[in-house]
Amino acid sequence: MDLKEIKQLIRLVDEKKFAEFELEQGDFRLRIKRNEAPIIQRAGEPLTVEPEPLPTSDNDAEHSSSTAVASAAAPTVDEDVVETDLHVVTSPIVGTFYRAPSPTADPFVQEGDWVEPGTILCIVEAMKIMNEIPSDVAGQVVEIHVENAQPVEYGQPLFSIRVGRP
Amino acid sequence: MMFKRVLIANRGEIACRIIWACQELGIETVTVFSEADRDALHVQLADQAICIGPPPASQSYLNVPAVISAAEISDVDAIHPGYGFLAENAHFAEICEACNIKFIGPSPEVIRLMGDKARARAVMKAAGVPVLPGSDGIVETDEEARAVVRRIGLPVMIKATAGGGGRGMRIVHTEAELPGALEAARSEAQAAFGEGGVYIEKYIEEPRHIEVQILADERGHVVHLGERECSIQRRHQKLLEESPSVVVTPEMRDELGAIAVRAARQIGYTNAGTMEFLFDGEQFYFMEMNTRIQVEHPVTEMVVNADLVRAQILIAAGEPIEFDQPDVVLAGHAIECRINAEDPETFAPSPGTITALTIPGGPGVRVDTALYPGYTIPPYYDSLVAKVIVHARRRDIAIARMRRVLEGFAIQGIKTTIPLHLGILQHPDFVAGRLSTHFMEHYAHRRSDVEPAASQPSSVRSVSSEA
Repeated sequence: MDLKEIKQLIRLVDEKKFAEFELEQGDFRLRIKRNEAPIIQRAGEPLTVEPEPLPTSDNDAEHSSSTAVASAAAPTVDEDVVETDLHVVTSPIVGTFYRAPSPTADPFVQEGDWVEPGTILCIVEAMKIMNEIPSDVAGQVVEIHVENAQPVEYGQPLFSIRVGRP
Repeated sequence: MMFKRVLIANRGEIACRIIWACQELGIETVTVFSEADRDALHVQLADQAICIGPPPASQSYLNVPAVISAAEISDVDAIHPGYGFLAENAHFAEICEACNIKFIGPSPEVIRLMGDKARARAVMKAAGVPVLPGSDGIVETDEEARAVVRRIGLPVMIKATAGGGGRGMRIVHTEAELPGALEAARSEAQAAFGEGGVYIEKYIEEPRHIEVQILADERGHVVHLGERECSIQRRHQKLLEESPSVVVTPEMRDELGAIAVRAARQIGYTNAGTMEFLFDGEQFYFMEMNTRIQVEHPVTEMVVNADLVRAQILIAAGEPIEFDQPDVVLAGHAIECRINAEDPETFAPSPGTITALTIPGGPGVRVDTALYPGYTIPPYYDSLVAKVIVHARRRDIAIARMRRVLEGFAIQGIKTTIPLHLGILQHPDFVAGRLSTHFMEHYAHRRSDVEPAASQPSSVRSVSSEA
């Protein structure tokens, strides 16, 4: 993950008005919080980056990729920022997230798709078992929080669905 | 080859303990946590932490698929199970093996063998380890039970084969009690462990609980690291442990240790383990073997100058134990107090938020804890919050040191059992080393022997706290 990608992420977090965003890729973990006072970085603590204004110094990016980051809480959706009819589907198990039933198939759902209770949204693979994760509400997929083949933990937000019908 | 990354399948002070050992070895740490432990210290110390489930242990720390899945996505080489939870779960150890993840402990077969208490007894007996007179394996019928009782004499103890650590046991003093006790023990065992088999052992009235620490590498080299006296227990939960035991002479230590080592070698034991014995004043009798690192391991570490968790990791990575039995020297005396978040009189759990924490220092003082100021103890797990260990040249100095440390150990926001430990440390029987597993029973009745005013110097008021 380079500085350009981090900046893009920060803009995305800002634009979508998320309170908190966490990304894990291999050894790298990034957590972005809105409207937080900058926190002095100590070794082993999770890094928080002030999104407003956007960090322009290269030091921030280097800092974020080289500091050993201890993971703390999984992101929770801030009710003040998010529309109240937005339902978040979280992972019920630890495993690897897959968007599609197989590597060559189309994803189960895309952003904008309408789903029903029971519509399969994704697979979380744990110990070679492909667990299909269904939606528990009817609505429109507004946001997909995880990338394909990304490890997910218990309770990690996967999809945001605006409850309702077309 | 040394592990690159290890997952710690546990929580609390032992998870921190394992993380520290990994950090000293340059091993990356991954820890798992339930939703109730988001703010736990072990989560903050580890390089990586993965939430594996909701608060109940059955859905998190005991959840094998969740733990294994976490190990897979974090690509670890080994798992350290700590104590409790999955530490003595042979099935879990097997799955680790199947997933090519090294389980830091003995083999699944050995775990399973020692977990079957009746079989373990039989195997130890065959290995020349003295065992309590008793039944040969599970007692199937009441007639069989009566025959055993007539052979070994009353009183006897009926024990669940799938039990351990004091669970699933019934004492029988008269033959008339026998059928009822058998029935009760069997149904209790079935309900609690899913296996109703029971066996019978002679019951010793006032035994000492003395256990031997052994270490075995994967090349057949086995050593013992002396004994621990763990007689001070309440409802079979240890409160205070010490090493060495005041009744064990160097000759007795050599003999008992040799027996333990020989037996461990015979069953193909690897990694750390503890053989528990009962001592009736004359003879040692095998009780059970624990195939894990134990809570009270620091007491041995202090007198032998060893790092047992480090040794576990090295052994699991294929390293040999580089010292021999003559190199093991017990120096001085160590005592450990298990501090629980409980009311010191009623033992009611006292979860809450730590508002202040002051840990005393000085020579020969060690505190293993996952507490920190501002931490809220969750109500879902056991109540152990800190282990206070002292080491000194002699037992009397160690006792004085422990008293001094506990009196200055300030925890505010919860109730703790520190006042109880202070009472034990002042008790004439404890000071004289007159111990048995009935100490706490007698202590409760004879607390008036110890003057409350004299036993609690004014500094104690900073120790106990209101929630």
